[in-house]
Amino acid sequence: MEITSTLFAAKAIYIGLIFAITLGVAAYSTYGERIVAAWMQDRVGPDRAGPFGIFQPLADAVKMFMKEDFIPANSSKWLFIAWPCLSMLTALLTSAVVPFGDKLDLGGGIEMDLQGIDVNIGILWVFGIVSLGVYGILVGGWASNNKYSLLGAIRAASQNISYELAMGLSIIAILMMTGSLSTKVIVETQQNGAGFLSWNIWSQPIGFVIFIVCAFAECNRTPFDLPECETELIGGYHTEYSSMKLGFYLFSEYINMFVSGAVMATLYFGGYDYPFNEVVEAQFGQNIAALVGVGALMGKALFFVFVFMWVRWTLPRFRYDQLMNLGWTGLIPISMFNVVWTGLSILIPTTFNLPAWASIVVSWSGIGVLLIGLIIYHGATSKKKTVALAH
Amino acid sequence: MIQLVFIAFALLSVVSALVVLLTNNVLYAAFSLLVTFLGMAGLYVIVGADFLGVAQILVYIGGILVLLIFGVMLTNQKGTKSQGRNDILTENTNRVIGLVVAAGMFGLLYFVFSKGHFAEVQASLFTDTPLKATTQTIGLQLMTDFVLPFEVSGVLLMAALLGAAYLSTKQK
Amino acid sequence: MQQLPDVIRQIPLNNYVWFSAALFCIGIIGVLTRRNAIIIFMSIELMLNAVNLLLAAFSSYKADPAGQVFVFFIMAVAAAEVAVGLAIIVMIYRNIQSIDVGILNKLKW
Repeated sequence: MEITSTLFAAKAIYIGLIFAITLGVAAYSTYGERIVAAWMQDRVGPDRAGPFGIFQPLADAVKMFMKEDFIPANSSKWLFIAWPCLSMLTALLTSAVVPFGDKLDLGGGIEMDLQGIDVNIGILWVFGIVSLGVYGILVGGWASNNKYSLLGAIRAASQNISYELAMGLSIIAILMMTGSLSTKVIVETQQNGAGFLSWNIWSQPIGFVIFIVCAFAECNRTPFDLPECETELIGGYHTEYSSMKLGFYLFSEYINMFVSGAVMATLYFGGYDYPFNEVVEAQFGQNIAALVGVGALMGKALFFVFVFMWVRWTLPRFRYDQLMNLGWTGLIPISMFNVVWTGLSILIPTTFNLPAWASIVVSWSGIGVLLIGLIIYHGATSKKKTVALAH
Repeated sequence: MIQLVFIAFALLSVVSALVVLLTNNVLYAAFSLLVTFLGMAGLYVIVGADFLGVAQILVYIGGILVLLIFGVMLTNQKGTKSQGRNDILTENTNRVIGLVVAAGMFGLLYFVFSKGHFAEVQASLFTDTPLKATTQTIGLQLMTDFVLPFEVSGVLLMAALLGAAYLSTKQK
Repeated sequence: MQQLPDVIRQIPLNNYVWFSAALFCIGIIGVLTRRNAIIIFMSIELMLNAVNLLLAAFSSYKADPAGQVFVFFIMAVAAAEVAVGLAIIVMIYRNIQSIDVGILNKLKW
């Protein structure tokens, strides 16, 4: 592909726009969080700054900037200042490979992908950056020179590492179905076929549940927000942080939420695909169809952001041993089962010459097999426990 | 252009590796090792091995270095906490012997490599075939030609996991 | 835009060789002079990385993926090595409250 100056300028504008949109969505997620919380708890919520309180994020930002920027005397100053910024950086880097839309026709035969960069290792890039994000918390907690911060940081790091395993295994099932690591190709394979019926969610129900649970844990959101558990650790890893450095940590959490929503939409809900997009493309042309696609992806991502908030105000926090138990003895075996079962669901239709919907039937029957297996396993272990108690 | 990028990444890696070598603070050493690994990942991408670049980030930065930092924090010597700071300090010994051995090693490598004529080899011998997407070829190679080493490395990792878990459980 | 391999080959292979040699020697000095067992580990990782990069460079200049597969195996072995090694170091720390290799001379005689 020839890189012309038009394409370069368009790409630069696009990247700037994505940057601005991500930050704007993150800022308004704080407002959304309060509105959702108020709605859940039957309160009014923020309504003072502007109509319906929509200037609340600006007021919050002003408050954050105006507060005293405190650096503890015995902390390592450089690390203390540098790592909130790194936390922010890693949160923003992930959106580079998320395909926000289809090709845009710029005129003169130049077409631009609405995606930062289409690399053939796309989804691995997301994983690499997520694993870098651990350092932002780990080092920030250590640099504060406070034992609560350190405990929170170690919790965060071990939690992220544990849940990354199950997340990776649930992605492997997707990769088996598409045969490519590129996020663009993953979306395109979901696009052909019968509208939204070819989205990956229909053939990967178990994988999606594992992925969304792991996404909660990776973003340190309730019910997995052990690193900042107030009742045990004061403020967790950001106890010593104040002013905009604290703001960066909180902000990066909201950016992570938005980006992980976009990644979930890309992997399981067809990305920028929407029903009847061929009709729209034939009726209104390529550009309108692509822009509607961007809107569809944004809608899906924002819906997941809402789910994050919904869960936060519904479920209480886990205990730390419950968290580790769920990760290591619950999600990882289930995701391994999912990988094996996905292999079966690909193999059975090809060997017995069944139509394509057979693979979907096989993958949903996996849920039944899993439930039966879990019930048998639970019965066996609980019987053993009662026997042990009786003696 | 590409040379400048190469030099930038190489300098980043070497300078932060020197920090690992010279600093007294163990955690600074760990963080500069992080920078070294990132620079190496960039060099992998420049050399055309994009899958290895990401594997470097996933394995070394996401796994090994986090484990090392955990190790540092778990083996935090109480004696080095001076004036309420939480620096973990250490020191260098045998600087002269180390330098001499390393200089000897570098001299040997220099001697061998200067006999190697890589420039000529590169020009004549190595074929100019187009480089394909590396992920797919690596996957195919792993599942066909190298399937036995692949399985053996799986067994090795399992054994290492069990061994580490056994070693770190408290004996009764 | 040029083909990617041509861009790659603008850098002479010698550069990679010298860079890897330098990094390897830094690793050697680290292993010989540092007294903290974990920093010795880090130096070993540096040496492994230097070798890995050289393997990857040769493999892609020759357009032969076998070298990259080999790097993949080295990474697996390095991960196993760190897991066991750190468990041993933590056990040593529990027993003698230090990981200074100068003190660990019981096996010397």
